[in-house]
Amino acid sequence: MSDTKHDANGLSFQPPSEVDVEKRKFLIQATAATGAVGVAAVAVPFVGSMLPSERAKAAGAPVEVDISKIEAGSMMTAEWRGQPVWIIHRTEEMLAKLDAHKNQLSDPDLNVPQQPEYCKNKGRAINEKYAVMLGTCTHLGCSPNANFAETADWDGGFVCPCHGSKFDLSGRVFKGSPAPTNLVVPPHQYLTDTTLLIGVDKKAEA
Amino acid sequence: MKNSPMAEQKVTATTTGGLAGVVDWVDARFPLTSNIKNHLTEYYAPKNFNFWYFFGSLALLVLVMQIVTGIFLTMHYKPDAQQAFASVEYIMRDVFGGNIIRYMHSTGASMFFVVVYMHMFRGLIYGSYRTPRELIWLFGVGIFLVLMGEAFFGYLLPWGQMSYWGAQVIVNLFSTVPFIGPDLSEWLRGDYLVSDATLNRFFAFHVIALPLVLLGLVAVHLIALHEVGSNNPDGVEIKAHKDKKTGIPLDGIPFHPYYSVKDLVGVVVFLMVFAAIVFFAPEMGGYFLEANNFVPADPLKTPAHIAPVWYFTPYYSILRAVPPIGISQFPGVVAMGLSVVVFAFLPWLDRGAVKSIRYRGALYKRWLAAFVVSFLILGYLGTVPADVWGQFGAWMGKADRATVVARICMTVYFLFFALMPWYTKRDKTKPVPERVTH
Repeated sequence: MSDTKHDANGLSFQPPSEVDVEKRKFLIQATAATGAVGVAAVAVPFVGSMLPSERAKAAGAPVEVDISKIEAGSMMTAEWRGQPVWIIHRTEEMLAKLDAHKNQLSDPDLNVPQQPEYCKNKGRAINEKYAVMLGTCTHLGCSPNANFAETADWDGGFVCPCHGSKFDLSGRVFKGSPAPTNLVVPPHQYLTDTTLLIGVDKKAEA
Repeated sequence: MKNSPMAEQKVTATTTGGLAGVVDWVDARFPLTSNIKNHLTEYYAPKNFNFWYFFGSLALLVLVMQIVTGIFLTMHYKPDAQQAFASVEYIMRDVFGGNIIRYMHSTGASMFFVVVYMHMFRGLIYGSYRTPRELIWLFGVGIFLVLMGEAFFGYLLPWGQMSYWGAQVIVNLFSTVPFIGPDLSEWLRGDYLVSDATLNRFFAFHVIALPLVLLGLVAVHLIALHEVGSNNPDGVEIKAHKDKKTGIPLDGIPFHPYYSVKDLVGVVVFLMVFAAIVFFAPEMGGYFLEANNFVPADPLKTPAHIAPVWYFTPYYSILRAVPPIGISQFPGVVAMGLSVVVFAFLPWLDRGAVKSIRYRGALYKRWLAAFVVSFLILGYLGTVPADVWGQFGAWMGKADRATVVARICMTVYFLFFALMPWYTKRDKTKPVPERVTH
C-alpha cells in the first residue's frame, strides 16, 4: 500500500516492508483464539438450554405402578417419561403359546439388547406373569394397538396402526414387519409382589 | 456477471483450487467479493472517527444478541395468560442456562436504548442528519420507533404486574383519541381489558412482525449510509478531496481492517460492561427489571407506583406534564407522540452553515445543552411520583414542584426543535476546514 494518498494530514502507513508480519500474525491468531474461547463459553448456556430441563428430568423420574388390579388376560398402560408403558397380565394359556410361533419371529432369541439382562428369558419378564414393555413401535414410534382375540393364525399380540408391524404378547416382532426389533423392555423392578417401579432396575441401586 | 468473457475467465479460474478457487466459483455466480469490497475492504470511512462512532456497530451487535437470545427464549416461553408468568419462572429456574439467556435479553433491551441514544446524540452533535444523509436519518428514526414498539410489546410478555399495568396504561392512551378512541383501544387489546388475546398478539408483534421490519430498516439504513458515505466529527465531506489516480477520498481509510479492528475494541469493552450487568446487577436496582414485575399480573389490583422502564421516562414525563383540555387527556398523548416523532424533522429544521458542533457558535451549543439537561431531568422525573419534590405554596396554586419543572423542561425540549431554524441560522459559526482534523 502506498502512503502518498494519506500523508496530507499526517496519517501515514508504513510500507509493507516495515510491517512485522510475524507479530501481526501472532496478534491475529491470539485475537481469534480469545474470541473463539468467548464464543464457546457463550454457547454453553444456549446449547444447554435445549437439553431436558429440570422439570423434564423430574417428570422422567421412575414411576410406581400398582398392578394388583389388572385382571388375567388384560393389560394396563402406565406413563413413564411421557411414553406408554404396557403391563400385560398374561394367563397360562397365553404364556404357553409364546413358544408356538417362535419360528415366525425376527429375533426369538433376544439377541438385540432391547431388554435388560434380567429379562432376557422366554417371557421377557422378571415375573413371567407380567410383561412390561414400552408401547412404542420400534419402526417409527407409533403406539401399536392391542389385539388379544385369538384366531387360527394369531395368538394375540399387538398391531401397529401406522405401518402394520406385529408383535406378540412378549413384545417380540414378527417377521415381515417394518419394525426391525422387538419392543423395548424398560428397566424396572418389583417393590412388592404387586407394586412395580418403572424406570430403574435393582442393579443400578445396588 | 455483466459480460460473458469475464464470467468464463472466472469459471476457468476455479482450477486454481483451494479457498481462492471456491471464492472464484462463487464470484462467477454471486457478487461476493464485490460486496465485501463495497461494504468492508473498500468502503472508505473518514479517518477521524472518535468515541461516538462506536455505537453504530454496537447497535448491530445488540440487535444480533436480542435475536439470538429471543429465539432461545421462544423455545420455552408460553404466550398464554395462564402460563406466561410461570413459563418465565420456569426458564429462570428449570432451563439450563435459562437465567443467563433471559437476563441477556432483558439487559440487551436496556443496553439497546443506551447504545441507540448515544448513536442519536452523535448524529445530533455532528449534524449527521444533514444533506445528503436525510434518508439515513429518517430510516434511523424509523428504527427508533420500531425499537420502542418492540420494547413495549416485549415488556408485556412476562405477564408481571408492571407488564400488565404498563400495557393497560399505554393501550388506554389510544382511547383518548377523539371519536374513535375507545373503539381503537378495544381493537388493539382484542378484549375489554388487557387479557390473553392482548398477550397473544403482542407476542406475535414482538417475535416476528417488528423484528422483520427492524431488520429491513437496518438494511436500508446501512445501504443508504454506504451510498453517500459516513459523516465525521468535522462534518466535512471526504469525497470532496479524492486521490486523482485512484478516486479514493484522501481522508478515507478502508472500513476493514481499520475500523473493524477499532470497533472490536469497542465491542470488547461493551461486552465487559454487559456481562457485569448480566451477572451482578441484571435488575439494575429496578431500572432494567422492575420489582413489581416479579409479581404475577393481577387485573384487580394496580401497584402503588406505576413507572415505565427508564428508556421511556422522558416521553412519559411529557405525557404527565401536559394538562388536560376539559376532560380530554389527548393533548398529553399528542405531545408525547410529537416528542418522539419530532426527531424526523431535524434535517429540515437545521439551517446552520456548518454541520459539526466543533464549528457551531455559542447559541447552538447553549440550546443543545439546555435540550440535553431537559431530556435528562424529564427522564429522571418519569421514574418518580409527581409529588416527589412536594408542592409549591399557595402563590403557585399548590402545584406539584416536579410537575412545574417537567413543564419547563418540556417547553425547552420543544423549543430546541421549534426555534432551530432561527438560532442555527443566526449562530456565529466558525470556519470549517477543507479536510478532516483530529
